[in-house]
Amino acid sequence: MQGKLIGSAARRGLWLCHGCSLLCQVPGDEGQWRCPRCAAGLHKRKPHSQQHAWAFLLAALISYIPANLLPIMRTEMLSGTQQDTIMSGVVYLWQSGSWPLAFVVFVASVLVPLLKILSMLLLLVTVQLRSRWAPRQRTRLYRLLEMVGPWSMLDIYVVGLLVALVQLQSLASIKAGPGALAFGAVVVLTMLSAMKFDPRTIWDALEDDDE
Amino acid sequence: MSDMSSRLENRSWQHPVVLACHECDLLQTRPDNARKDMQCCRCGSRLPCQGPDQLKPSLALLLASLLVFVLANVFPVVQLEAGGTRLDTTLLGTAWQLSQQGMLPIAAVIVLTGCLLPGLELTCMLYLLLPLMLGRVPAGFARIIRTLRLLHPWGMMEVFLLAALVALVKLAHLADVHAGIGLWSFFALILLLSGNASCFDTNLLWERQQACKAN
Repeated sequence: MQGKLIGSAARRGLWLCHGCSLLCQVPGDEGQWRCPRCAAGLHKRKPHSQQHAWAFLLAALISYIPANLLPIMRTEMLSGTQQDTIMSGVVYLWQSGSWPLAFVVFVASVLVPLLKILSMLLLLVTVQLRSRWAPRQRTRLYRLLEMVGPWSMLDIYVVGLLVALVQLQSLASIKAGPGALAFGAVVVLTMLSAMKFDPRTIWDALEDDDE
Repeated sequence: MSDMSSRLENRSWQHPVVLACHECDLLQTRPDNARKDMQCCRCGSRLPCQGPDQLKPSLALLLASLLVFVLANVFPVVQLEAGGTRLDTTLLGTAWQLSQQGMLPIAAVIVLTGCLLPGLELTCMLYLLLPLMLGRVPAGFARIIRTLRLLHPWGMMEVFLLAALVALVKLAHLADVHAGIGLWSFFALILLLSGNASCFDTNLLWERQQACKAN
């Protein structure tokens, strides 16, 4: 493999600037350096990436429970009040016959947040154990995570739009429920967790063993 | 600048053919016949590459985006008619209604991700690009480029577009709903922005900046 021949940039004292992507030659691991081009602080890896990623992930995991149990939307109609959680919203769409839409909402609001949390757990645990298992697949997983991150915001926007539109005093009105708060928190926290994680740490375990 | 850190002087590795992967840190050489999209040979991620200079189309797309951005936020996205009353909403109206119901954090997230941060990103890009095209380096160049990088993941206008479509379908059996000018503007905006994403290149901006400084 070509990778083994050349090795990581960090091993050669070359650090990528987080601010402007310039490859900088650093005299030694000790000391703090600044990028010659943009003057941002240079770091070999994102500083404290694992601690921060774990912290955000655990917070997301905790918020995930109320996000799914509490109602995200309350519909008041002449016929009575109806409370919707994320899952019951999907079920309602499915039963009313809009299957493609039910599928989209199910993927964006149920599947994606859950898979995001599980994948982040997998990445963090394997990096912590300095695992050499499937680094290429794990990097790909990380890339996917970053890409789908914002799409779980879908339900928050939908609730917001419904709340703003359906305000027909006596006929029907929709209010956002406490579940929406928790769900929004899950989306933001998992995004932060993924941003803090440094995929290069996946490969560092392999590099160190080669030495 | 803290006194503990020292700025490196001209020790940067500006070798034109050597680059490091952003995702696995592998040091590799750029092939002579480098195409527009290169992949890291170890982890398969996209490598930053020297494409053709497309800053001019980027400027045009940015100016158009800014115009459409205003339209998208001023005109209603979805309109609803029921029982003789007519209701419509924009992204900001949505956030306003939520904040009235005591859902201030959610309202803040919607305003930030749907309007404020993408808007700021657009303005930052224009602020960098316009003076550079005229041969001047804008003040705070490095800081703005760093801000751009922070802002980028939080722009979620395409998610809002999908959400508006979902809301339209959900409401279709309750009342008479129409897509407003805002929705079409969002659609156009996303096309313009993805066009811009393939032209706008911070590496090229840095090269321009260095060239302007040298003159």
